[in-house]
Amino acid sequence: MTIYDLTLAELRDRLDRRELSASEVTGAYLERIAATNPKLNSFITVCAETATAEAEAADRAISAGETAPLTGLPIAAKDIFNTAGVRTTCGSKILGNYIPPYDATAIARIKAQKAVIVGKLNMDEFAMGSSNENSAFGAVCNPWKLSHVPGGSSGGSAACIAACQAAAALGTDTGGSIRQPAAYCSVVGLKPTYGRVSRYGVVAYASSLDQVGPLTRDVRDSALMLQAIAGYDPADSTSVNTPVPDYQAALAGDLKGLRIGLPQEYFIAGLDDDVRTAVEEATATCRDLGAEMIEVSLPHTAYAVACYYLIATAEASSNLARYDGVRYGLRADQAENLIDMYMQSRAAGFGPEVKRRIMLGTYALSSGYYDAYYLKAQKVRTLIRQDFLDAFEKVDVLLTPVAPTPAFAIGEKVNDPLQMYLSDIYTIPVNLAGTCAMSLPCGFSADGLPIGLQLIGKPFEEATILGTAYAFEQATTWHERKAEI
Amino acid sequence: MKITHAEVEHVSRLARLALSEKELDSLTGEMDAILGYVEQLNSLNTEGIVPTAHAVPMENAFRADEVKPGFTPEQALSNAPDAVENAFRVRRVIE
Repeated sequence: MTIYDLTLAELRDRLDRRELSASEVTGAYLERIAATNPKLNSFITVCAETATAEAEAADRAISAGETAPLTGLPIAAKDIFNTAGVRTTCGSKILGNYIPPYDATAIARIKAQKAVIVGKLNMDEFAMGSSNENSAFGAVCNPWKLSHVPGGSSGGSAACIAACQAAAALGTDTGGSIRQPAAYCSVVGLKPTYGRVSRYGVVAYASSLDQVGPLTRDVRDSALMLQAIAGYDPADSTSVNTPVPDYQAALAGDLKGLRIGLPQEYFIAGLDDDVRTAVEEATATCRDLGAEMIEVSLPHTAYAVACYYLIATAEASSNLARYDGVRYGLRADQAENLIDMYMQSRAAGFGPEVKRRIMLGTYALSSGYYDAYYLKAQKVRTLIRQDFLDAFEKVDVLLTPVAPTPAFAIGEKVNDPLQMYLSDIYTIPVNLAGTCAMSLPCGFSADGLPIGLQLIGKPFEEATILGTAYAFEQATTWHERKAEI
Repeated sequence: MKITHAEVEHVSRLARLALSEKELDSLTGEMDAILGYVEQLNSLNTEGIVPTAHAVPMENAFRADEVKPGFTPEQALSNAPDAVENAFRVRRVIE
């Protein structure tokens, strides 16, 4: 067993027993990143120097007996999190040289525990994409099959964990951007309830849908990371002031008495046979563990993708208005006047998918179309959210596939935006409803590509899905398989 | 057609995006296809349905009106493409 094969919890144990030092661990990971990143392109920035200094500081803290759960553990963050003094690009040319003067709250919280930030991870530009092909810093390869996408938008985060380039990673999820890449790369991805984790300092895409969450090797690590980042933050007025439970305490044995719902609308035509089989086997495993399986209905599922692409693009067009070349970011210098400077800077700085979404969102919000598109979508959102609330009257957890197919080949869907959007059909409804969900490994396709299982919980009941996922993980071995890289 | 080339050009000005003729052409086709797809929402009766802006009920978040430490002028200007005398410099706006 090499250092980079260990989970967060295993590393914690070795560090606490002084069998390893934080400096040794960080050194091993920096070597691993150097050896594997040329193949994967999962990192945009590697923080070798600051990580080494942070590891030394962690070792001093451990010697002084001031150890927090994440002290000395190597963590990487999607390049959407502002990191003081470290370039934060959001996968875009327009922020190619942006060095934030402050930390996002999620970063500040793990830094306060003296975790080591090893680098910033590749992503679809402004988190807009399902394949990581929309990055201004190049596509990321799936560690399980280099010709295939790792998913998106947190593609670098998922690839990084699957390839053991960090012990845990932070991502964001607006329509499935943590869960879908986690499924494509066979790692555990958690999207907490909207409001559970502060969004302060996270570059905004669609503010009513964006949420921060961890990508990890296993469920215990997911609980450890959520514990560190969850909780009210006065700097984010949408973060919710409710107590954060002890997530480790939720990791118990079986599923006796748990009611698990199977939404019939998620098991329809278009669902890949290998994915269907793997999810059905997972259903049988949960039943064997004592859960009661109940068929439920989420009747407005088919409308979720359309609803999402109006709401998300409308919010994006508003959020991305700030990139005007005045205070930070790329500025086109040849412009004749101020308006021209805005138009030229944005044209030069944004990639095609970001332009497409800004255009769609601007249209949906424009005079004469607002009621027909944006307001209509917000009303449909109410119906989708009500579907979940109704289902949760009957069951504790919903069990579904994460994506209709395993990872697809790089280039396969790049010219068909609508097909690309439909790869998020099982994850998008959760963001519209604002509740929590996670993705965990549940099998492989005939050609060796990972398949993910989605568990959806009631609002603010992350502990329930973590407990369910832990029981499933204990009964299976999918999470023990490692990509050969 | 859900959207015309001229409308796409108008939206590009609203969005402050300088787009080439080629980009306008391909966006017209792509936006037309996406708007055709989202048309399906009209088959749902949403009369009397309250729109959802945020999935979690929100109250206005008040805070005390207190002075707190913030960025220094140097920090605030540290990423400015063009700065002069503690200000962001842009092209002349008023002739």
